[in-house]
Amino acid sequence: MLTDDMKKKIEEECHRCGNRQGACIEAIQTAQTFWGWISDENMEHIARFLGMSPAELDGVASFYNHIYRKPVGKHIVMVCDSVSCWVMGYEKLLDHMTQRLGIGLGGTTADGLFTMVPIQCLGACDKAPAIMIDEKLYTDLTPEKFDRIIEKYREGA
Amino acid sequence: MTLTFEDLQQIAKIEKDKQEGIKYQINVCVAAGCLSCQSGVVKESLEREVNRRGLENWTRVKGVGCLGLCAVGPLLYLEPDGVYYQGVQVSDVSEILDSLGGSPVSRLDCSSHLPFFKRQQKIVLENCGKVDPESIEDYIAEGGYQALYTALRAMTPNEVIDDVATSGLRGRGGAGFPTGLKWTAVSKAFNKTKFVICNADEGDPGAFMDRSVLESDPHRVIEGMAIAGAAVGATNGFIYVRAEYPLAVRRLRHAIAQAERLGVLGKNVFNTTFDFEIKVRLGAGAFVCGEETALIASIEGRRGTPRPRPPFPAEFGLWGFPTLINNVETFANIPPIIRNGGDWFAEIGTEKSKGTKVFALAGRVNNTGLIEVPMGTPLRDIVFDIGGGIPENRRFKAVQTGGPSGGCIPEQFLDMPVDYESLAKVGSIMGSGGLIIMDETSCMVDVAKFFMEFCMSESCGKCVPCRVGTTQIYNLLSSITNGTGKSADIPNLEELCDLVKNTSLCGLGQTSPNPVMSTLRYFRDEYEAHIHDKTCPAGACNCGGSKEAK
Repeated sequence: MLTDDMKKKIEEECHRCGNRQGACIEAIQTAQTFWGWISDENMEHIARFLGMSPAELDGVASFYNHIYRKPVGKHIVMVCDSVSCWVMGYEKLLDHMTQRLGIGLGGTTADGLFTMVPIQCLGACDKAPAIMIDEKLYTDLTPEKFDRIIEKYREGA
Repeated sequence: MTLTFEDLQQIAKIEKDKQEGIKYQINVCVAAGCLSCQSGVVKESLEREVNRRGLENWTRVKGVGCLGLCAVGPLLYLEPDGVYYQGVQVSDVSEILDSLGGSPVSRLDCSSHLPFFKRQQKIVLENCGKVDPESIEDYIAEGGYQALYTALRAMTPNEVIDDVATSGLRGRGGAGFPTGLKWTAVSKAFNKTKFVICNADEGDPGAFMDRSVLESDPHRVIEGMAIAGAAVGATNGFIYVRAEYPLAVRRLRHAIAQAERLGVLGKNVFNTTFDFEIKVRLGAGAFVCGEETALIASIEGRRGTPRPRPPFPAEFGLWGFPTLINNVETFANIPPIIRNGGDWFAEIGTEKSKGTKVFALAGRVNNTGLIEVPMGTPLRDIVFDIGGGIPENRRFKAVQTGGPSGGCIPEQFLDMPVDYESLAKVGSIMGSGGLIIMDETSCMVDVAKFFMEFCMSESCGKCVPCRVGTTQIYNLLSSITNGTGKSADIPNLEELCDLVKNTSLCGLGQTSPNPVMSTLRYFRDEYEAHIHDKTCPAGACNCGGSKEAK
């Protein structure tokens, strides 16, 4: 169910757009901030609140990479696979990360701590290779540096 | 509340008065690049130590926007000495404070990088490294919002548009459409409701200019948008930013809230009838949304697929209303143009490309970072003087401009001036400003394949040439790089590229063959070596055919 706080935020957005569909991506983003991902059931709740059909809303949602339709880990590890990172050795790093976390791109670790997803560009090309965990940027990555970072998140869990 | 010009000056004066008695100012870069190597911690440590030593009356520590030389961050800039420090750690703090007024800490000094700083001309980035991106007062102290005041109180909307047209400014998003013409079209569109949109969906791989401008000087973009709103008759603005830029989003939201509080956004700005508000919209991860009609669809809450133009957004844009869409850097150029006049701007650059351009230097180059140079600067100066050349004494091979829509420029054209026309002539584009340097270890077929894979996965799927064509091109490139290419592949590639270029619906598809075409043009021998000799001259691909190529 949508919380009152979510409803209020979405309602404000609808008002600003002058129509309810205009607020739909923001509505999904608002809900996802809270739930982490959007289940079918919650997709229906949001659609109903906006006066859209669930299929219509899902059609919009499925277009965008950052809208998650299945459960994700506590932390999202976004791996930049863009050109600078690639030129600076992203492939080797990815092999290491895959091994270290035991998951491929799109996978979630068994302990539910990390989901690793590819990202087209983090705009950190000057300090490639780069990853972003949640909203924190890590640059000039090496396998050793990655291990240290992951350890910190594990300790904090 | 409504702000007057006197209020602006008063705010500027209060800010300047705070500087009274300050003998030393330590500017710490707090843009994303330096923050990711702990500049935030360095700044806190400096502040703590200044207070502990009781130096706060004459020493000021200030967080500032991007200083440019991101390669060696965290960066510090000391005023009034004009010293840059690189790679500063918390353990250096004491020594830095000890050295104030004496000779600089030579171990941290990065004056060897002087050409990097000296060869630039800063208009868009003039406040970067100078103002605190989180303080509107600091922006005002540097003359901020005076251009908006002038545009509203001393000029008619037509005069503002004339000034922009005179300046010769062209869209900095990549295509280079004359900004003055766009503004005129929107201002002439007959409708009470109009919108201004700032395209900050900087998705081009290898580009980070817009991120840095938004993180370092968000008020400049807000001011540019407000001036545009006043000129074309719009009261509502949207900034569409990528969600991958959380710091830029935070700074932007903070800046908008400050601007609303002071009354430079909102109702009756500067006591005129002009109302303007700006709303931040977050992208949800789709490269194609950088295309203007796709971006509009996304703001409207639909799938971000482009539509054929005309009608152009200037007539039929957001929710069908006339809409002005410009890129971040374009808006960032507006306040100085209004402040100094269009003629001033038109003096800078080349005959057809005016002003400066911000470039993001990345890849196999010593000084990676953000630079701003006058249009027409030779590529060689950018790569070797400002960029400091190629690391490990390797040989320069190509510079890639314009991301997946651009091309690879070989050494023979390095003395070419960088402007819209020259880049187009050699088969590339200006693009948004990413410059990726490649050395002898980069395989050009692999590079073309990389960009094609990108376009293939980012194609929205609406039109057949782009959806199917990019996949077909990618498959051909894959077989060439893994050693199973055939002689017929090259003519087939050329034919496919021609088809995709001429029949795709939007810019993403139309320009996607550029990396392939430009590498075929300048590095055909590499393609042939893969196909006929089953070798990769750069040693990057596994052409033996025994193993799956990476």
